[in-house]
Amino acid sequence: MQIGIFTVGDVTTDPTTGRTPSEHERIKATVAIARKAEEIGLDVFATGEHHNPPFIASNPTATLAYIGAQTESIILSTATTLITTTDPVLIAEDYAKLQHLTDGRVDLMMGRGNTGPVYPWFGKDIRQGINLAIENYALLRRLWSEEVVDWEGRFRTPLQGYTSTPRPLDGVAPFVWHGSIRSPEIAEQAAYYGDGYFHNHIFWPPAHAAQMIRLYRERFEHYGHGAADQAIVGLGGQFFMRPNSQDAVREFRPYFDNAPVYGHGPSLEDFSSQTPLTVGSPQQVLERTLSFREYAGHYQRQLFLVDHAGLPLKTVLEQLDLLGEILPEMRRGFAEGRPAHVPDAPTHASLVAAAGGAEHRTEDGTEDGAAHVQDTFTGTTDRQEI
Amino acid sequence: MRTIVVVSAGLSVPSTTRLLADRLGTAVERAVVARGEEVEVAHVELRPLAHALADHLLTGFATGDLADALDRVARADGLVVVTPVFSASYSGLFKTFFDVLEPGVLDGKPVVIAATAGTARHSLVLDHALRPLFAYLRAVVVPTGVFAASEDFGATDDGSLDKRAERAAGELAALLTGPAAHAPAATERRFVADEFASPAPFEQLLREAGGRSVR
Repeated sequence: MQIGIFTVGDVTTDPTTGRTPSEHERIKATVAIARKAEEIGLDVFATGEHHNPPFIASNPTATLAYIGAQTESIILSTATTLITTTDPVLIAEDYAKLQHLTDGRVDLMMGRGNTGPVYPWFGKDIRQGINLAIENYALLRRLWSEEVVDWEGRFRTPLQGYTSTPRPLDGVAPFVWHGSIRSPEIAEQAAYYGDGYFHNHIFWPPAHAAQMIRLYRERFEHYGHGAADQAIVGLGGQFFMRPNSQDAVREFRPYFDNAPVYGHGPSLEDFSSQTPLTVGSPQQVLERTLSFREYAGHYQRQLFLVDHAGLPLKTVLEQLDLLGEILPEMRRGFAEGRPAHVPDAPTHASLVAAAGGAEHRTEDGTEDGAAHVQDTFTGTTDRQEI
Repeated sequence: MRTIVVVSAGLSVPSTTRLLADRLGTAVERAVVARGEEVEVAHVELRPLAHALADHLLTGFATGDLADALDRVARADGLVVVTPVFSASYSGLFKTFFDVLEPGVLDGKPVVIAATAGTARHSLVLDHALRPLFAYLRAVVVPTGVFAASEDFGATDDGSLDKRAERAAGELAALLTGPAAHAPAATERRFVADEFASPAPFEQLLREAGGRSVR
């Protein structure tokens, strides 16, 4: 089980002080938060991608490379990479480069983006969102898996004799997750390729996540990547905790009430019961988090949103300290009752092993038994064929 | 069994809007029964859903009674919708309810439009505001709209409220039970629930992405 955090990089006024951090402060805070995440033993740090104020989350690869240089082991990911409006040729290059710089500590989560004007700013049409996600990703896979690509599609200029450089580290592309709140096409896409599926799972009722995960798992099995309960599922989550639950509620309420996404709407109490938001003691956060399995099944990645709505850096770091304290128990809880055939989320090392090793990679990855088993779990055989 | 949902957006308790909604509900019930069909008339009042509607605008999802009301409207065979006139149009509360309906759920659904106001000078709100709204939503609006000014509740002449309500109810009953009731909707829309029940295979999505076929 991978446990980590994801950020959207919002620059938001702290409603309790009226103070708005500068972009510079927020960017540096993001780095500090990522370093803290590694320090407390988290597995993943993921950043969103936005191209408009009040966000500082443009250019995610620079951010991740910088963090990668200051960390040792944490996986660097995105939440999400805009596969609709970003040229897949640049994604192929940028993230392969990031793989090399960080020795393979990279994966990606694809998303379509929900900011209308971003599409026209990048020369795209939001009504083609699904089609862009599908065509661009199909091209991206080819750029990573084929040395020389001839390609013609609907949304970008054709390629003749194009080689994306650098080639993916050890000849293995970064693992990819697909994020979507409720577009069944994206669950279908993730299942088709045997990629991971991630549900944001913070601003929405669990029923949204449940129906997407159910579809993804069914179709993952349909496409022959393994049994439904072997599909690779990730969930978001959001908490605010203090040793005393009443303190947590009191301290978080002004941030909740003024939050950019849901502020000035439902009460903290209503929203906590309607969505996975948990505000309370570490024990409450622990129990709620472990209960996600009731509708998601045993899953592979849990990311928390901890640094939004104007929470000051000091508070965010305290939240991570508290998360660090319950982390061993959370890991034990996730391990409990987990069948042996449910795989972990693929990592660079496991993908390299599945492909037959970095040095002696075979096309079908069936050279040794262990690699063959891993294949079934991750669908990496399929990756090699495309 | 036909199900009719009467949506009313009155704000005071009791409200003239609900009074008209009750009257129309009863008239529709009689008209459908007169055609030899069973009918169930249910009322959805928007006032108790006001907070949930505002929350839905902000969060993007429906909760509790609102989710239930939206579901009942989606499953109804026909609707009666009644709004008070605010600033020469339907009220914001009334519009909000129809703003958060999943697109397509009113496709081909027979609807009686009705409104109340303090003066008959507002009566054209039916044809200037409600009819275009429900045309946009692809509902089938019956020819007779029912407008009730305060004075209508004390009038019994030829154009009386009762007669207009009966005519509209009769038109709705005809659509619900006549040949049109069995005609297929103009185009079959795929709703989110359909997509989850029978997802489009990825090969099809790939073809569509490339513009090689249109669903």
